[in-house]
Amino acid sequence: MSSAALETKETVAGLGEKYKYGFVTDIEMERAPKGLSEDTVRYISAKKGEPDWMLEWRLGAFRRWLSMKEPTWARVHYPAIDYQDAYYYAAPKNTPKKQSLDEVDPKLLETYKKLGIPLHEQMALAGVAVDAVFDSVSVATTFKEKLNEAGVIFCPISEAIRDYPDLVKKYLGTVVPVTDNFFATLNSAVFSDGTFVYVPKGVRCPMELSTYFRINASETGQFERTLIVADEGSFVSYLEGCTAPKRDENQLHAAVVELVALDNAEIKYSTVQNWYPGDENGLGGIYNFVTKRGDCRGARSKISWTQVETGSAITWKYPSCILRGDESVGEFYSIAIANNYQQADTGTKMIHLGKNTRSRIISKGISAGKAQNTYRGLVSVYGKAENARNFTQCDSLLIGGECGAHTVPYIESRNPSARIEHEATTSKIAEDQLFYCLQRGIGQEEAVALIVNGFCKEVLQQLPMEFAVEAQKLVGISLEGSVG
Amino acid sequence: MLDIKNLHVAVGGKEILKGLNLRVEAGQVHAIMGPNGSGKSTLSYVLAGRAGYDITEGSISYNGEDLVPLPPEERAAKGVFLAMQYPVEIPGVTTMMFLKSALNAQRRSRGEAEMDAIGVLKTVRKKAAALNVSEEMLKRALNVGFSGGEKKRLEILQMALFEPKLAILDETDSGLDIDALRLVAEGVNGLRSPERAMLVITHYQRLLDYIVPDRIHVLAKGRIVAEGGKELALELEAKGYEQIVKDAA
Repeated sequence: MSSAALETKETVAGLGEKYKYGFVTDIEMERAPKGLSEDTVRYISAKKGEPDWMLEWRLGAFRRWLSMKEPTWARVHYPAIDYQDAYYYAAPKNTPKKQSLDEVDPKLLETYKKLGIPLHEQMALAGVAVDAVFDSVSVATTFKEKLNEAGVIFCPISEAIRDYPDLVKKYLGTVVPVTDNFFATLNSAVFSDGTFVYVPKGVRCPMELSTYFRINASETGQFERTLIVADEGSFVSYLEGCTAPKRDENQLHAAVVELVALDNAEIKYSTVQNWYPGDENGLGGIYNFVTKRGDCRGARSKISWTQVETGSAITWKYPSCILRGDESVGEFYSIAIANNYQQADTGTKMIHLGKNTRSRIISKGISAGKAQNTYRGLVSVYGKAENARNFTQCDSLLIGGECGAHTVPYIESRNPSARIEHEATTSKIAEDQLFYCLQRGIGQEEAVALIVNGFCKEVLQQLPMEFAVEAQKLVGISLEGSVG
Repeated sequence: MLDIKNLHVAVGGKEILKGLNLRVEAGQVHAIMGPNGSGKSTLSYVLAGRAGYDITEGSISYNGEDLVPLPPEERAAKGVFLAMQYPVEIPGVTTMMFLKSALNAQRRSRGEAEMDAIGVLKTVRKKAAALNVSEEMLKRALNVGFSGGEKKRLEILQMALFEPKLAILDETDSGLDIDALRLVAEGVNGLRSPERAMLVITHYQRLLDYIVPDRIHVLAKGRIVAEGGKELALELEAKGYEQIVKDAA
């Protein structure tokens, strides 16, 4: 392994250490008592200064959650989670802020540099007080002004609950109902914060929205709640996450993302997920149980999910589209990389309800080390969905002989006019491909990155430009040490 | 330039090369001829450093340096190039992207500055035109859907681009029609230089009508059994390998 690769490993391993001891070191933090009860829910709601309707909504979710069972159908294995042995709220304002990058672990910064992350973003990630830097404040301000001019609302969801209650009430929980699934219901009861976006009728959002510009975004990790509404004829592109290995001291993550696209509206949602995956022996790492769903509520609306999943010990995630509006379009482009002992069970659901609805699924799964990578997808065509069309392509790439790739496609059609195509391939990085690269002077690590990036190309092309460049490097870094 | 002494190589425990000796000086073109299964491809892979080819005895010296401990990518950076019999496909990676990655990886390894995208593009274009490698080919994924002739032309283009000191051409003539063969041979001849040694591995004499070697070695059962000037190729063609091997025994 190259020295740079080794360093990255150590850095990431170092993050794991921090995670392990995180619960006891930050004793100064203000937080809810350990465990989950109605009191915890009330505490969170009160801390957020929420109106009564919101508290009732949370409590309803909590009571429901008590009667639910954790799902076990996914191809992932982990020790039982003790939900009473965790914290559900910690006040972000008490997180000690570092004053400059000089106080940050230089190894962590080195990794950021390798990924080519801009300085401001490095600071935000490493927990440096971004508002201490005049430059980035001006960037954020300019950004806000432009959005205001366009009439786009882009704020923390806690702020939206206070300032735009009618909009939130109208849409929250309408795509992922409170009762949807164990993890989504848990999130509904205890979500800490998240993002709210509303794009008014006919507005094309003037820039890519990225949580980086919301200064407090890095603090909302554990139970994030996102709601994006694109009103008639509008367009928005939203970027979530970051390519950098991000430190987080909570093991359990259960986010909910809801997207609503009205007539002729389009939402493009891109994610790069690189949470701590655990060490080489499979210790530690984030459990990421995410419910993401988009509702193409209006005619001719379009929702497109693009994800690059390289982190987390366990990924349980199925960004889906409900194609309710006639002629609506759903897309899912995914790269899931699992190395060492990582387990990924991810895919999508395309629910065709409207006439002439179309969906497209391109999934690229890469497994290395002892990892298990499962694509699980559902294409469902309802009786009234005349002329529904789906195209699915699932490609798996194996690196080494101890990992696994699994494809579990479910197809249900209740309309004879539906046309559903499914293609799947499994391949290995061939020894002759590697040798060819080596013979031309390209080293082992770079060769793997090159071949894998080639394999993922169709998906990488869907990402916004600056994200794509980082994602390409990330693909290489996450597979370092996987060959030879 | 290249000095191979008493080389024994085993693949999967089976000995393929059994005491091979070979010397090639800079500026020379040597041909290795031999029947199927004689160890020609093993020799080319061993020189390039492919994993799985175990040297059990003997030595390979390259420009006075022991080549054996060097990994394949370092050999490449030091000027060892192998034009492969079956160039591999890498889906999703454009040919141009691959050439740039390889060229810069070699430059980095030698401590030279990397070439920017425009610099690479200009250099590649200049050399591509001479080999009839089209712009469109450079944009396609590496070797994916290329015809046999296109693949071989691309190998020679890489040879021209990397400017190796020791170029090994493994059955470059296989699968080529006469026009493609002529084009590839012209490309190779254009790269002959006093600083460069070439090892042309072939089964048939045909290629040597176009690339005229300084010396010919006949490889059989893991050893060089006959050596001579370019006229040896004609003798081989007339008598066949069996007779030559028998005569040598």
